[in-house]
Amino acid sequence: MDLLDASLVNWSRAQFALTAMYHWLFVPLTLGLGVIMAILETLYYKTGNVEWKKATKFWMTLFGVNFAIGVATGIILEFQFGTNWSNYSWFVGDIFGAPLAIEAIFAFFMEATFISIMFFGWNKVSKKFHLASTWLTIFGATLSALWILVANAWMQYPVGMEFNPDTVRNEMIDFWSILLSPMALNKFLHTVLSGWVMGGLFVVGISAWFLLKKREIDFALRSMKVGAIFGLVASLLVAITGDGSAYNVTQHQPMKLAAMEGLYEGKTGAGLVAIGVLNSDKKAYNDTIDPYKFKIEIPYMLSMLGYRDVNAFVPGIKNIIDGGYQNSDGVALSFAEKQTRGKAAIQSLRDYQKAVVAKDTASALAHKAKLKVNYPYFGYGYLDNPKQLIPSIPTVFYSFHMMVILGMYFIALFSILVFYSFKKEIDETKWLLKAALWSIPLGYVAGELGWAVAEVGRQPWAIQDVLPVQASISSISTQSVQITFFLFLILFTALLVAEIRIMLNQIKKGPEADH
Amino acid sequence: MKMPKFLNNTYLFYRDGFNKMSVGKTLWLIIAIKLFIMFVILRLFFFPNFLNSNFDNDKSKAEYVREQLLTK
Repeated sequence: MDLLDASLVNWSRAQFALTAMYHWLFVPLTLGLGVIMAILETLYYKTGNVEWKKATKFWMTLFGVNFAIGVATGIILEFQFGTNWSNYSWFVGDIFGAPLAIEAIFAFFMEATFISIMFFGWNKVSKKFHLASTWLTIFGATLSALWILVANAWMQYPVGMEFNPDTVRNEMIDFWSILLSPMALNKFLHTVLSGWVMGGLFVVGISAWFLLKKREIDFALRSMKVGAIFGLVASLLVAITGDGSAYNVTQHQPMKLAAMEGLYEGKTGAGLVAIGVLNSDKKAYNDTIDPYKFKIEIPYMLSMLGYRDVNAFVPGIKNIIDGGYQNSDGVALSFAEKQTRGKAAIQSLRDYQKAVVAKDTASALAHKAKLKVNYPYFGYGYLDNPKQLIPSIPTVFYSFHMMVILGMYFIALFSILVFYSFKKEIDETKWLLKAALWSIPLGYVAGELGWAVAEVGRQPWAIQDVLPVQASISSISTQSVQITFFLFLILFTALLVAEIRIMLNQIKKGPEADH
Repeated sequence: MKMPKFLNNTYLFYRDGFNKMSVGKTLWLIIAIKLFIMFVILRLFFFPNFLNSNFDNDKSKAEYVREQLLTK
């Protein structure tokens, strides 16, 4: 890969990361706040108390602001697939396209239909129908997330497909194994629940602001109680599904797990690094320099979390490259062996095509069979040396640990908020209210860090083991990607500023304002 | 010709809803500007579909991607 290609790959990746990260500023609040406003409306429906209706309408307005600013920002990712990542798009079209098409047709129209009833239908449709519309709006939004996350999970753990050398595409042979793969289910739950945590943080943070200002006390206390309980349940569920995510990563993406822990040398009964500082003097995966300057480890925990066995062997980066350890498939192959098989797969694709052109059916079938055997390692044929297999360790390590620390902080924060909410002293506990208010940005930070672990951690793969990023991009000019990178930066920043301004304005007006 | 009752009610529902919006009007304006920028400016001028722009049919697209994958 020459320097120009490297620049194009890096700019294309940067642009995709920028767009995805901005998009993810809007999505989690939609998912979380949507459920909270539906819960509040359910309380109104059950009790008939108009205070719940007032609270519902206030949060619904903020939901509307976030939804309106964020809607369709994800479509830009699809633009990029077609322009910057055309090899990838063609290669996976059948599999990636189906979930996205379902998302566009079903979930989007479901949201679009019921959201108008939700906003315009107060006093025009029955209370029951309005409540159903609110729940169906958030159900549609969550369903949208499902299909996107299924597509993403497939890139991390490609199942249910078969490569067709005639069309040069992966074709879906088992929809259900794609939809119900453990990676997809866990990713969906973990991601959506992290959005719920964001919703909880947002509601308790804004409620805390009203309490600090001594405004709308009844409304703020009601919202605080619901937000805190909801946030606590969601943050506990995020921890459970986070464990599931780590388990799936251990099984299917061992290099990502090693990067998350900065684990170079594998060990049995491996401990989990609770807090650590990486040693920047470590330059190579196979040198003898200690990878940590400092660490506090929980003994046996990594083996336990990754394999459900305190004595299990957890491979480090060096082991994954050298191979030879026992894994679920038997003895792990080395990088060199996988590279050989990958190059054999690419050669088989080449030979297959020649045989087809020569109308040599027997030879074509033989090459196709050889391609099928080596196809699980297809992507390794594009890698020149084992270093390319290693993602950015500091990015993944620190992102993972910061995310986990924030997750634990959220559990503690919501627990204390629930305790004080029920003790009826919360409006006098200023330190806690300030902590709740200033924790709103931390929810966004945790979500972005989670995506950094998931996406940086799987480098160099666009599709795990099958297609690296440098084979996925289009032959376009780096300059054109640079231009659009900055266009997006301007567009999204403008949208974000608009959202914050409108949101702050609505919050200041309070629950009595027009919507 | 009179509109069917259902369509008329739907029309009135949306008309009244839009008329009574306050912050919603600003949001719709932002949505319209955003969609215009995204679908008219960005999509048409900056994000052509690479394969659709350069090839007429699936066979030639497949051949191109094959060549790309075999020469990278």
